[in-house]
Amino acid sequence: MESRVFHHALKIQKEQCIGCSHCMHVCPTEAIRVRDGKAELFENRCIDCGECFRVCPVNAIIIEQDDFNKIFQYKYRVALLPAVLIGQFPEDVKASQIYNVLLDLGFTDVYEVEHAVDVLQNAMQNYAKRNEDKKPLISSFCPAVIRLIQVKFPAMVDHIILLHPPLDISALYYKQKLIGQGVDESDIGIFYVTPCAAKIAAVKSPVGEDKSPINGVINMDFIFNKVYAGVRKGDFSQNDDSFKENLSPEATVWSLTNGEADVMKGRCLAIDGVHNVMDFLEKIENEEIKDVDFLELRACDESCAGGVLTTTNRFLTVERLRKRARFLSDNKEKRSPNDMINYTQFINQGIELGKIKPRSMMKLDEDMAEAMRKMRRVKEIMKCLPKVDCGACGAPNCQTLAEDIVQERAVINHCIFIQRIFEKKGIIEWEQSYEIMKEIWGNDKLNRKC
Amino acid sequence: MHFEFNIEGGDFSKAGFASSQLKKILKQLVGDHKIVKRTVVALYEAEVNVVAHAYSGKVLIDIDTDKIIIKVKDKGPGIEDIQLAMQEGYSTASEKVREMGFGAGMGLSNIKNNSDDFKIESEVGVGTKLTIIANLKTE
Repeated sequence: MESRVFHHALKIQKEQCIGCSHCMHVCPTEAIRVRDGKAELFENRCIDCGECFRVCPVNAIIIEQDDFNKIFQYKYRVALLPAVLIGQFPEDVKASQIYNVLLDLGFTDVYEVEHAVDVLQNAMQNYAKRNEDKKPLISSFCPAVIRLIQVKFPAMVDHIILLHPPLDISALYYKQKLIGQGVDESDIGIFYVTPCAAKIAAVKSPVGEDKSPINGVINMDFIFNKVYAGVRKGDFSQNDDSFKENLSPEATVWSLTNGEADVMKGRCLAIDGVHNVMDFLEKIENEEIKDVDFLELRACDESCAGGVLTTTNRFLTVERLRKRARFLSDNKEKRSPNDMINYTQFINQGIELGKIKPRSMMKLDEDMAEAMRKMRRVKEIMKCLPKVDCGACGAPNCQTLAEDIVQERAVINHCIFIQRIFEKKGIIEWEQSYEIMKEIWGNDKLNRKC
Repeated sequence: MHFEFNIEGGDFSKAGFASSQLKKILKQLVGDHKIVKRTVVALYEAEVNVVAHAYSGKVLIDIDTDKIIIKVKDKGPGIEDIQLAMQEGYSTASEKVREMGFGAGMGLSNIKNNSDDFKIESEVGVGTKLTIIANLKTE
């Protein structure tokens, strides 16, 4: 059973927040308002895409990670990396160096999650064959997209491929591998180095399963700084000479745009960027776009290379990973076989996701007659509002303010245009308008020497 | 509740406007997302038909707690043989329209399949009127 309260990795730190409303304007699901000079989050609308995090000018929005020292609670400390971590570094930093620094930091094992692609790819092709009626099939790769579909496109949830993403599969495999070596399960800690907030939410509050196999999450920007410092120092106490590239070229670029669409069969499309994804889902939902077999949808521009916790320019990351994939494709003899293939049977037993339920937040009321009454009121209110979407009311646009008013979360004189009209008509005094603006934007902004 | 939208014949860039608006409305009112989707798809097909074949059209939507009634009226050439036009794959769309990816001859049957009640009336040289009804089950 999924809980009704959703874990969000994104947290607004009220002390840091200056109430500038940048985040409110970019939020694709209208989940943010400004009250009392601070940004406020409607938790059940948030999809953890991290757009707010990108635009915050004062770093008041943080992505909550696990304490790094948590890894030392375990005897076996596995770092699961996404390939984009390697892509964060300039080319003269070798993958083996990155691995070695991670071992120096305290991990006992380092493993790239994309190894799972070699197993997952077959499972996805088989799934597509079994589920012709559910086309277009939508990849379950991006957790922000899954949440977006649940919240805004409930009719599309049945199209999501119910297979675990590479991250979960790698965790399952690595645990099993260690258990096979006689390690006690409670001694194994699996930690994921995440390029985004959505993956954290997916671990802490998984969709379509009860519990994630991952024990903790560490932000990629944090690891990047640590690793880069270690690489520059250049002396590695732990030298993992056994390091050998064994990712397949397809796996290396899986998390980039077209990574999945290039290998799936039939008419496959790759869409990246949360607004592009929303536009596309609108058209797919209306059946304006038909006869698509597979959709790769990623919330970030340039997919995981553009994750909110990445440090390097996304295009440089793409460049490095594509080069790496080309190298691996041209030098097959340098690759060692992917051991995970030997676990295919085991993985296939646990690869399926449970049912994903819609959790639409769009309905105005559970009772349709009441919803219609509210909609009529929204329509009436919209006739009064200026439709300039200035955001001075603390809501991202006039429509949202109107909806907030009927849901009793705001009042009409939150609108500065309405305030002027009411003042002219003598309905309110300017002092009242001043107080209203103070309630929304806080004492600070209204108490300045000008 | 009543809503009205105009459709301009030949303007494919705006085909889908009424159905997108209807979708926004229904998502705020109706819990059963399958009914929402079916109804929106039916209206989208009807909109494209008007854009592809007629000179102009009007969408009239009435939403009640038990059903949604959509009327799509157009001024256009009308349909000579409705039975034939209802057949899957039958199309009179011009080459130009087909090149744009429309006019595969599935429109009318698709509308029918996506509605609980469907009526079509047409007068050659005057225009066509569709009535699409979706029943809302009381939960």
